[in-house]
Amino acid sequence: MSNPSKSNSGVSRRALLKGTAGAVGLAAGSGAITGFPYVHSAEPKVLRYLGTAVNEGDEISKKCLEDTGIKIEYITATTDDVTKRVITQPNSFDVLDTEYFTLKKLVPSGNIFALDAKKIKQFDNITPVFTKGQLPNGKKIGGQGTAPWKVLYLEGANSKKFSTTPTEFVTLIPTVYNADTLGIRPDLIKRPITSWTELLNPEFKGKASILNIPSIGIMDAAMVVEATGQHTYADKGNMTKAEIDLTMKIMTEAKQAGQFRAFWKDFNESVNLMASGETVIQSMWSPAVTKVRSMGIACKFQPLKEGYRSWASGFCVSKAASGPKLDWAYEFVNWYLSGWAGAYLNRQGYYSAVLSTAKANMTADEWGYWMEGKAAIGDIKAPDGTILEKAGATRDGGSYDDRMGAVACWNAVMDENDYMVRKWNEFIAA
Amino acid sequence: MMLIFTLFFLLPLLFVTIVSAWDYNEYEMIPAFSLRGYTDTFEGCIAGLPDLCTILKTYLKTLKLCLLTWSLTLLIGFTVAYFLAFHVRSKTWQIVLTLLCTIPFWTSNVIRMIAWIPLLGRNGLVNKGLEGIGLIQQPVEWLLFSEFSVVLALVHLFTFFMVVPIFNSMIRIDKRLIEAAYDAGATGWQTLVNIIIPLAKPGIVIGSIFVITIVMGDFVTVGVMGGEQIASAGKIIETRLSALQFPAAAANAVILLGITILIISSLTRIVDIRKEL
Repeated sequence: MSNPSKSNSGVSRRALLKGTAGAVGLAAGSGAITGFPYVHSAEPKVLRYLGTAVNEGDEISKKCLEDTGIKIEYITATTDDVTKRVITQPNSFDVLDTEYFTLKKLVPSGNIFALDAKKIKQFDNITPVFTKGQLPNGKKIGGQGTAPWKVLYLEGANSKKFSTTPTEFVTLIPTVYNADTLGIRPDLIKRPITSWTELLNPEFKGKASILNIPSIGIMDAAMVVEATGQHTYADKGNMTKAEIDLTMKIMTEAKQAGQFRAFWKDFNESVNLMASGETVIQSMWSPAVTKVRSMGIACKFQPLKEGYRSWASGFCVSKAASGPKLDWAYEFVNWYLSGWAGAYLNRQGYYSAVLSTAKANMTADEWGYWMEGKAAIGDIKAPDGTILEKAGATRDGGSYDDRMGAVACWNAVMDENDYMVRKWNEFIAA
Repeated sequence: MMLIFTLFFLLPLLFVTIVSAWDYNEYEMIPAFSLRGYTDTFEGCIAGLPDLCTILKTYLKTLKLCLLTWSLTLLIGFTVAYFLAFHVRSKTWQIVLTLLCTIPFWTSNVIRMIAWIPLLGRNGLVNKGLEGIGLIQQPVEWLLFSEFSVVLALVHLFTFFMVVPIFNSMIRIDKRLIEAAYDAGATGWQTLVNIIIPLAKPGIVIGSIFVITIVMGDFVTVGVMGGEQIASAGKIIETRLSALQFPAAAANAVILLGITILIISSLTRIVDIRKEL
């Protein structure tokens, strides 16, 4: 929830003040003796990294400092608060870790710097999922919603318009993404689950949940509605008012019939609901499933025949960053794509943007388990060394191609977002 | 004092009110006069009759939770304060016991709420216990993620805000008045109704103001304990803020503020706090 993130940002702000004071003192002190050029080189390489807790691992910042000498200062906030901060305080961060769908809000605000694709060493190796909307093997994937390739390029360096064709001005360099689906408790359901319709199946009355983040919740709701055959959306990520009404009507009826045990808003809430058995089927995120499983409770990230709802995040740079800060930002992004971080992310069950460099940093067994859908030969460990899966296990949903190839839609900001949020409030009040 | 009041209270309040009448789009506020924040909020209130619109439903629910919490905290808070003021004779014990009341505040609000979940959940202690002694066959579902659990958590969180001001009023009551009442043949009940309650009124009103203002604006407790399924006035503001619709959020804040002020002013009408203090 927002409390820890608030205190975190408080700490980093204080640390930042200290840092600035130090830098000023340094500048004053050394400036008197040697002049300005020296001050520059003496400045510690610090980047303020604004993002959600999900990607802000200590391991990553430690390794980055070791490899590049850049010190990462994390500023942690929830997805919504990150967006809020970019718009209201663009000077408070250098590098931004955010999702593609927020670009529809961030780019028009003019606070995002257009990155130069030529300065990103691995840019041409970024998986075609982002650049072309297809798998490395050429298979096209679902593009409903704010799919990354729709908002990846800008028309010019200072443009606020997305370009439909590739340009050298890039909004957000992808780092991590995944395909989301429903989480289930196979031990309590005791039968195969194959469709999104099961979320509203009266069999699970009082034991289902959906997430209470309107922009994502409505997508899961749309997957359910479409699966029940009541409506086929032209674009689930960009509904008309009538479609929003219909979707919310179906969800409201389910809510009033007592289908949902609770809604969740935060990673830990979803883990608690599932682990305590309050729910047996719900919208979920992959690391939450892993967390429940690591508590020794059966939980499955169930692949469904209608496909996945996908999300992707990466790095933006603040328009306020300039001079050496900007160079460090490029250096940091290049380091991130160079393999170590990618392997780290893959081992958590996410996917990395540059597959080749990540592969080089993983063992063949790890790569086989996480990316190729093969049975693990040895125990599969998390980045911190805890055992996630025993030898012989295979990943829910199978290989990268199977999972990403089955993506049906992407997290989105709709044109009718304002209306949707109002309707969502109505749904909660119903 | 006046400066602080202006800087940190009046000015922000003024800004909120001004912003509430602005227009907005996906990513910014547009400083042009627009009552969209308000009209959107009351959407369907007339057209949707006789069904209640979202905002009325939400406020009715919030008021209901508020009323329940208020009456329970008042009842419990008054009893605790009465015990502390009249039954505990030594000053030391009074202080020790009052401090005991603050123990729940040693951990954070969120942790205190989350602690209810393993207790009241479907597989929680209460359900397991009741099943164990054979009172129920199926777990009782309304214990958690319901209005019951919301009120329970709110009462747990805020009773202390009732205890302190009421206790404070009670220890100021001249003990000779109570003796005089006793000598004049008043029963315990008569003493309570005719002497103690009237003299403790300022404390009751101050405590009520605390509880009512907190509960009216609360969305975290209602969210966590209600399983995010119960709407509250604060939640609407939060959702709007999250969607970067600041003017709409501000409009809702102004409405909430107006309603809370109405309640508080009618309370202070019953008791003139300034005169009584």
